[in-house]
Amino acid sequence: MARNDKIRLATVWLGGCSGCHMSFLDLDERLIDLAEQADLVYSPIADVKVFPDNVDVTLVEGAVANIDHLELAEQVRARSKIVVSFGDCAVTGNVTSLRNRLDVDDLLNRVYQEGPGRVPAGSEPDGIVPALLRRVVPLHQVIKVDAYIPGCPPDPERIWAAVSALLAGEPVRLEEDMRYFG
Amino acid sequence: MSVVTLTLNDELISANSDQSLLEVIREHDIYIPTLCHMEGLSERGGCRMCLVEVQGSRTLQAACVTEVAEGMVVTTHSERLRKYRRMTLELIFAERNHVCAVCVMNGHCELQAVAAIEGMDHVRFDYLHPDLPMDISHERFGLDHNRCILCTRCVRVCDEVEGAHTKDVLGRGINCRIINDLNQPWGSSQSCTSCGKCVEVCPTGALFRKGATVAEMVKRHDFLSWITSGREKNEWDYAGQAPYYATERRKE
Amino acid sequence: MNRSDLHALGERELQKQSEARCRLLCCGSTPCLSSGGTAVQEVFKGFLKENRDLKAEVAVVSTGCMGPCSRGPLVTVQQPGEEDVIYERVTSELAQEIFKKHVTDEATDRVETHILPNDIPFFTKQKKVVLANSGLIDPERLEDYVAHGGYLALGHALREMTPEEVCNEIINSGLRGRGGGGYPSGLKWNLVRRAKADKKYVIANGDEGDPGAYMDRTLMESDPHRVLEGMAIAGYAVGAEQGFIYVRGEYPIAAKRLEKAIRMAERRGLLGSRVMDTAFNFRIDIRIGAGAFVCGEETALMASIMGKRGQPVPRPPYPPSSGLWGYPTLINNVETFGSIAPIIDNGAEWFAGIGTAKSKGTKIFALAGQVENTGLIEVPMGLSLREIVFDIGGGVPDGRTFKAAQTGGPSGGCIPADYLDTPVDYESLRELGSIMGSGGLVVMDDTTSMPNVAKYFMEFCMDESCGKCVPCRVGTVQLYRILDRITAGTATRNDLTIMEELCTMMRETSLCGLGQSAPNPLLSTLRYFREEYEALINDDLHATNGRFTLATPSTRSAKEVL
Repeated sequence: MARNDKIRLATVWLGGCSGCHMSFLDLDERLIDLAEQADLVYSPIADVKVFPDNVDVTLVEGAVANIDHLELAEQVRARSKIVVSFGDCAVTGNVTSLRNRLDVDDLLNRVYQEGPGRVPAGSEPDGIVPALLRRVVPLHQVIKVDAYIPGCPPDPERIWAAVSALLAGEPVRLEEDMRYFG
Repeated sequence: MSVVTLTLNDELISANSDQSLLEVIREHDIYIPTLCHMEGLSERGGCRMCLVEVQGSRTLQAACVTEVAEGMVVTTHSERLRKYRRMTLELIFAERNHVCAVCVMNGHCELQAVAAIEGMDHVRFDYLHPDLPMDISHERFGLDHNRCILCTRCVRVCDEVEGAHTKDVLGRGINCRIINDLNQPWGSSQSCTSCGKCVEVCPTGALFRKGATVAEMVKRHDFLSWITSGREKNEWDYAGQAPYYATERRKE
Repeated sequence: MNRSDLHALGERELQKQSEARCRLLCCGSTPCLSSGGTAVQEVFKGFLKENRDLKAEVAVVSTGCMGPCSRGPLVTVQQPGEEDVIYERVTSELAQEIFKKHVTDEATDRVETHILPNDIPFFTKQKKVVLANSGLIDPERLEDYVAHGGYLALGHALREMTPEEVCNEIINSGLRGRGGGGYPSGLKWNLVRRAKADKKYVIANGDEGDPGAYMDRTLMESDPHRVLEGMAIAGYAVGAEQGFIYVRGEYPIAAKRLEKAIRMAERRGLLGSRVMDTAFNFRIDIRIGAGAFVCGEETALMASIMGKRGQPVPRPPYPPSSGLWGYPTLINNVETFGSIAPIIDNGAEWFAGIGTAKSKGTKIFALAGQVENTGLIEVPMGLSLREIVFDIGGGVPDGRTFKAAQTGGPSGGCIPADYLDTPVDYESLRELGSIMGSGGLVVMDDTTSMPNVAKYFMEFCMDESCGKCVPCRVGTVQLYRILDRITAGTATRNDLTIMEELCTMMRETSLCGLGQSAPNPLLSTLRYFREEYEALINDDLHATNGRFTLATPSTRSAKEVL
């Protein structure tokens, strides 16, 4: 297979704990099979700064929690053929969205003003720290999502079932025991 | 009691006339999801998961509260029913904070299982994220409103089986809450017998036994001294000091 | 009291009334009382106190509703040999002038402009059957009701008809449930009559809850005995000895008048043991609602009467086979019971002669919204919406144009201007995606935003959902949120799709009528005014995602925090 025929795969890390990516790495030797069929063109584990054009499949971990996530999500949608919500945070908001019952300003005050210790550097209003959204939302509430892989994190078997379907150009249809949240 | 014949998913079957449609469906090894139904409790018809199509009926019928009738033609699975079951689940998941990953019932929850079975893989509605409290005032049990789906199994078991009627529903619509007695902390309830039936019938992590999650184990080191020197000190009742253990003993 | 006693009582009252030189009828219904009617009555009574010699010849009567409520307080002056004169917007000062003109015969020119001609279409297009006594009699006096033919129908039914004949008479009249469902009343009566049981019950549903509707309140306030008589006839027809009248908690005047009416009827032997010296016993008790709209649903209402949480239970079994405490129960709207006595009095054929082929008799509507004459009207079934809005209602004020009429409250829908000539009956309204409902009729002009109307009714349903079944409890909240987004201009086409899907789902899966019909106002406005929704949709991803971001950038908090 010529290199330029490979599927262009991306993984994105929004508001989540990176556990889904860890589970992705737990694909172990299947990663080698994957590498034969796909190029990882953007990922937190690859040194790429800008989300590239013409991506075939993008797995998105994490919920949409700040304006950077929102911007990246919109880019992902515009530049990917298939977008997959990868793990419970992307699918449901999950733990990331637990803060939704709190007011954002109250939350920031509690953490940065009332909390113990020093205010971390980089919190200055220079745009480095992205503003939090009023509410954390699952990915499909801000962009169109084509498939869902639930789980916190999804175990490697689920990930492989979904990814191999996508590599084969088929829709993702997970078995009942792979559809559990949590 | 007489026998009636009806058509269940294109198959002609017979049933006792006093049976509910749900009983008959389950007898024939057909799975339809339920959440508020529980064997041994009165039927409620509130969760709308067991809706089936009954020919000639204007609306869909909840199988749990529908009696079989002669000549009934019933369909348990159709595209429409599957879709409505998924939508009902979406509504339930959006209503409160059902965060499976950090729930005490993760992996054992009926709601979680039904969602997986019905293929409800994402919720299109707004998550409401209500700010709901927990009641952990009871010595042995906890009530987490965030996980409650208002199936009222706990209300019914407490009333119909235990006969205490400690639990009931407060408010209406989206503001409904399970309460103890007159909306007071569970631990202060005079009617609760601490039988634990409500906990056992709860389909989700809303009612749970305490001591089961991280950082909840409490050891009472003064317990030993009570056993060894309580007689001399005339301390016969340990209840005030280590309620958990004392209650267990009293029951024995 | 037997029938001849009743006759004598009526004659005595009529005699007394005809002896009065002047009768000042003051509307004592809630709308007029709340716009200053009490003060008007005080003025008249004050005059009589000062001039004790007038007391024998002048009567001040607190009556029920006269109709054009927005023109209240209303006063009708009756003088022998003269036509009744109706005064609108009567103030205390005007009341003095009216008194001077009609009682002390002093010249005054200040009252003329307040005379409401009784040949205007508002009055002439109406046909009062259920409200025949409303505004003419003192609802707190049994004698006044009897003088106007009251309790004759009960006497006739008890003495001349078998229960079966009564049921057949109601069937033949074509009367259908006035609470909104439109189920043939006679059939329901027959079901209960045929049911075999030791006990049966009759319930009058007075838990009127639609926003802006007050037909039942007015009937109970203006002519309580008519409702009681209808219930007693029903009790006889179905074999019940106990009736309940369920009155909404927000209707204290209605409850008070009904209570007084029951007491007086019992004292006269028209209710209670051995009604009108026959073997028929019938007691009526009042139950007051506690402010839940869902208790207008029959199974929830019965749960409430039984002292349980006011929540519906799945039907079947229907109340005629298993109702209150498991006994066969007849439950009808108070307006349905209000139609019974006239049917027995005048015969089924007379009643069936009013209205259309499938909808017989008259219907009371509470005309509200952007219409010149708001108030309570009773019209023959089949009158066109145009006649109701433009002739009786006097059209849309302030030079605006008619946009739509909303019928059936939160369970109903909107009827656009194109269908103004539709006859108002059960079937026609259903075909248009609305319902007859209990009788609320809200007129909207061209300034009205239909998504806003839908949002208003959805908010109502959300607040009133009992919470028992999931589709209604959560579905109403979700629909409200989508409508809120639409009206705010941050909804996407996807929102619109989900909204329509959810509407259908709620209709088909909700446990009771509340949830099943909650999407109706939304669906009907979407059906006729879809372009208004479309215009508010924004498909720019970036723009609609803006609703998740903070109005003030969070650098603000970071800055202030640091």
